[in-house]
Amino acid sequence: MPDKFDVIVVGAGPAGISCAYHLAKSGVNVILIERGEYPGSKNVMGGVLYRKMMDDIIPGFYKEAPLERPIVEQRFMMLDKESALTFGYKGLEWAEEPYNNFTVLRAKFDQWFASKAEAEGALLINETVVLECIVEDGRVIGVRTDRPDGEIYADVVVLADGVNSLLAKQLGFHKEFKPNEVALATMEILKLDKAIIEDRFNLEPNQGCTIEIFGDATKGILGTGFLYTNKDTLSIGVGTLLSGLIKHKIKPYELLEYVKNHPMIKPYIKGSEPQEYLAHLIPEGGYHSMPKIVGNGVIVVGDAAQLVNAIHREGSNMAMTSGILAAETILLAKMTGDYSENMLDHYRMKLMDSFVGKDLKKYKDATHHFDKFPQYFEKYIPLMNQAASQMFTVDGSSKKEKQNKIWKDIGSAGEKMKIARDLVRAWRVMK
Amino acid sequence: MLHVVACIKQVPDTKVAKLNPKTNTIDRASAPAILNPYDTHAVEEAVRLKKRYGGTVTVLTMGPPPAVKAIRRCVEIGADEGYMISDRAFAGADTLATSYALTKALHKISQIRPIDLIICGKMTIDGDTGQVGPGIARRLDIPPLTSVNKVVEIDKEGGSAVVHRKLEDGYEVVKSTLPCLLTVEKEINEVPYSPMPNLIKAARYQPTIWAVSDLEDVDRTQLGLKGSPTIVGSVWAPPKPQGGEILQGPVNSQVDQLMDILLQKKELFAVKGGAS
Amino acid sequence: MNIAEYSGVWVFIEVKDGKIVPVSLELLGAGKRLAEKRGVELSGILVGYGVKPLANTAFEYGADAVYVYDDPIFKLYRTETYMRAIIECTNRHKPEIILYGATSTGKDLASAAATDLATGLTADTTILDIDADTGLLQASRPAFGGNIMATILCKKHRPQMATVRPKIMKAMNPIPGRKGEIIEEKISIREEDVRTKVLEIVKSATKQVRIDEADIIVAGGKGLGDAKGFGLIHDFAETIGATVGASRDAVEAGWIEHHHQVGQTGVTVTPKIYFAIGISGAIQHLVGMQNSGLIIAINKDPDAPIFNSCHYGIVGDAFEIVPMLIEQFKRVLTAEEVKNA
Ligand SMILES: Cc1cc2nc3c(=O)[nH]c(=O)nc-3n(C[C@H](O)[C@H](O)[C@H](O)COP(=O)(O)OP(=O)(O)OC[C@H]3O[C@@H](n4cnc5c(N)ncnc54)[C@H](O)[C@@H]3O)c2cc1C
Ligand SMILES: Cc1cc2nc3c(=O)[nH]c(=O)nc-3n(C[C@H](O)[C@H](O)[C@H](O)COP(=O)(O)OP(=O)(O)OC[C@H]3O[C@@H](n4cnc5c(N)ncnc54)[C@H](O)[C@@H]3O)c2cc1C
Ligand SMILES: Nc1ncnc2c1ncn2[C@@H]1O[C@H](COP(=O)(O)O)[C@@H](O)[C@H]1O
Repeated sequence: MPDKFDVIVVGAGPAGISCAYHLAKSGVNVILIERGEYPGSKNVMGGVLYRKMMDDIIPGFYKEAPLERPIVEQRFMMLDKESALTFGYKGLEWAEEPYNNFTVLRAKFDQWFASKAEAEGALLINETVVLECIVEDGRVIGVRTDRPDGEIYADVVVLADGVNSLLAKQLGFHKEFKPNEVALATMEILKLDKAIIEDRFNLEPNQGCTIEIFGDATKGILGTGFLYTNKDTLSIGVGTLLSGLIKHKIKPYELLEYVKNHPMIKPYIKGSEPQEYLAHLIPEGGYHSMPKIVGNGVIVVGDAAQLVNAIHREGSNMAMTSGILAAETILLAKMTGDYSENMLDHYRMKLMDSFVGKDLKKYKDATHHFDKFPQYFEKYIPLMNQAASQMFTVDGSSKKEKQNKIWKDIGSAGEKMKIARDLVRAWRVMK
Repeated sequence: MLHVVACIKQVPDTKVAKLNPKTNTIDRASAPAILNPYDTHAVEEAVRLKKRYGGTVTVLTMGPPPAVKAIRRCVEIGADEGYMISDRAFAGADTLATSYALTKALHKISQIRPIDLIICGKMTIDGDTGQVGPGIARRLDIPPLTSVNKVVEIDKEGGSAVVHRKLEDGYEVVKSTLPCLLTVEKEINEVPYSPMPNLIKAARYQPTIWAVSDLEDVDRTQLGLKGSPTIVGSVWAPPKPQGGEILQGPVNSQVDQLMDILLQKKELFAVKGGAS
Repeated sequence: MNIAEYSGVWVFIEVKDGKIVPVSLELLGAGKRLAEKRGVELSGILVGYGVKPLANTAFEYGADAVYVYDDPIFKLYRTETYMRAIIECTNRHKPEIILYGATSTGKDLASAAATDLATGLTADTTILDIDADTGLLQASRPAFGGNIMATILCKKHRPQMATVRPKIMKAMNPIPGRKGEIIEEKISIREEDVRTKVLEIVKSATKQVRIDEADIIVAGGKGLGDAKGFGLIHDFAETIGATVGASRDAVEAGWIEHHHQVGQTGVTVTPKIYFAIGISGAIQHLVGMQNSGLIIAINKDPDAPIFNSCHYGIVGDAFEIVPMLIEQFKRVLTAEEVKNA
């Protein structure tokens, strides 16, 4: 007789682990299946973990979880070929409990988080790929894995299998992503001495800094780069919409090499040694691309449900919240013994009601907007750099003269109008 | 019905392990703990024998609490029972003290169910010695058969085992009385992808854990660091790539220089076909 | 245990097919150096059947005395019988050091004997030294998969024992006619009391090793140009008894199967020697081989990143350099076989 569980969770990322953790803690018989060697082994994340959502799940988690550094400074860099316009915020209130957010290495963090779920009684099975959902009479009743005797059954299957959710696709919940709905991110983890990191980024011991990089990091393609400080490594990466890569015929790792060699970035990573290279998709279609996320006996959470805020690079927090909401819904369903789509739809409603739904709605046009109007990245960032350069170069001319020159450089009156329009438009999608 | 005991150890995966240059020790955090690769084959062979002759497969390890994970991996492969001896008193054991402690545990296991055969890995990838298996056999006064790459037959009634022992240039067929102890080569079998029910069983499995006080007739002076005649005097890092020395001069002379460097390792080349 | 009672350096003399195996001669050389530094005798311990005449070879290679166990019971190696000889002889004559070749026989024997003698045994030693005053043996060996070197000491027990890797120590130049003392030993073991029997010995060619188990890997990349060019990699590997590896680009070009691919999406390897030929050294490739013992790069681009991650590099055309290496190796390796014969 094949094993029967209350719940099968597919994928041990933040979404799946949160869900399994909450269920196990409530006494539900839950099995968590992960294809990697261990949770986190295949996962890529530049590495900002937002404290709030995790703290809701395991209060005070930061006292024992393997975190890299609490972030006390967030910088933004607008890159042109040989210049950078940088601004940021540093707040020492973030250096203390309860902190704001942290850099993490997923390979360590996910493993720890999953061990917590195990301690609550969730059964974690690694190195096992779920091939498909077993569907009977329009109801998902279990999954088939790639193991011999690999079928297992459950009342509910939670799909937390990440961005490319083949399982949700197989159920017909969504179609193949279009290249402008997913970003491809490539990143490297670079080994660098702890003291050098702190020195270079102007940090006290064990404090961290993040730099988000715009503009020439992506050779003008819509996307961003990032450089984060970990304990004794740096995470550096770039993510761009797949459509942009295709259009510009650039290979993702070429872009990463380009960033690493950019004269504004190179000094930060000098002397470091590549330790790991990772590539991963990020769903960026946002609200418009959200697939169907509940069915009879099945719930989709996290990246698999396309829950990512592309603008603020948030994903793991949304994944966690969705995992918890799914678990709460399942607990409800368990009380009634009803696992129909109707019942499980509570999850969707709760999700839309939460910050996840609200943020996704708020930014619903952002990615599309920037994708449709490449001038933001191709043109305005260089312009801003030129302007800044003009303004800050001391050459004897007055500031008024400089402003006039900048204004002239921008171009014709028509051009100026266009910029004004674009800025208003950008403001609208972001506000 | 055979009762086969496999001795297994959890080790840092030395393939990915990194050296801490300050302390010259393995940075444990950099190296995931795995079941010693040779031991996976030891367990698999035990499981195969169980399938062939019927019986029980027990695994035994000495190690710190996280080594439970290694036992679970053995259950995935098909082991029925797992025992672990874990105690501060075992810490710092060299191969002599290790075989002593394991032997005490084996005595206790054999009181629960008499043992017909013990299987160890050829060696561990952290200690790299291959000495623990023969050490156990001597202490139990049973024949050790090392470098086994095939088990031809186990005849419990007749009290004998026939195996192939790998030699540098072939193998020998050896017959031994039972019980005996085998140490196995990787090539003895392929460990298949474990079936789902085994995985579920393994994830739930809690091995029996014994402290020194649970074992009988233990001479504490023979345990751990105290019971270890060898000590590690010093450790150092072998030379690492320094960002390569580029050989200079005309091509002919570069090739000659390279040959000089390579021939310092001549022993590797002489054995045609690779490893011994 | 009274350590002072123990004196002299011993070498276990392993015999195969009626001849002393090379590592035992190497160990006589190494043992001689230790014995001289310590001012003690070097002895051999020779076990087998019809082996007594081989003691003369041991003398020529430096032994001052040889303990001989010559008995039909020792015709074929068995742990049980050989071990008894070692243990009895050791207990009777009390050497301070015994060295064994790290062969399958030597390791098997030493492990069993060390247990009964309740003494320390260092495995797979590659460097030997001794403190002349205390007689403390410093046996150094690679550990943790070659990630570190460790010096192992055995302070309070005697004899100090070590198995030593073949082909590392240097044998002495033999002195023909050099003489020493033969000490014949007797042992009473009845065949019917021995629990193991060797039924048959089968000689065979060793089969192809798996890439992650190989001691030497010759890996080729896109720089070989085409499938035919990649043949050079096979030729070289064949000549030196290595296993073939490849970069992903070479695999994707269809020159070789995927299970030869080294790197992030291939296999991680840690051979003792890794040749990277016509491989640029992309990070995805490096992560799969950077822990190799000795990395040799051959690439015609002096700026190829592989040169930052190798021990030795040759800047040049693989099609010129590799054939020269093949030639040289052919010469050296055949000369070696002639010498061994
Ligand atoms: C470069 C990069 C930087 C990012 N930076 C941030 C950041 O700074 N902060 C932030 O909050 N978010 C960030 N994100 C987004 C964040 O990583 C994701 O939103 C988050 O990981 C989603 O969690 P998840 O659990 O839904 O999916 P995942 O983390 O992708 O987990 C899915 C799991 O399912 C497993 N799986 C998939 N298919 C199967 C199958 N068939 N059978 C079994 N197992 C399967 C996978 O192995 C994986 O472990 C970043 C993403 C990338 C790529
Ligand atoms: C996600 C991902 C995973 C990857 N995984 C792997 C992996 O597992 N393994 C892997 O190898 N790659 C992997 N790659 C690919 C990797 O990035 C490189 O593209 C690849 O390693 C390059 O192979 P190469 O060195 O053979 O080819 P090239 O980079 O084309 O290098 C060929 C080299 O040969 C030299 N050369 C040319 N002619 C000669 C001659 N006559 N004599 C001597 N030298 C000559 C050239 O100077 C050049 O340096 C991966 C890439 C990605 C994005
Ligand atoms: N701590 C241990 N617990 C159980 N078995 C062990 C332990 N250490 C070594 N062994 C067994 O002895 C074999 C040889 O180990 P080693 O002598 O350390 O190379 C291993 O493959 C195991 O089968």
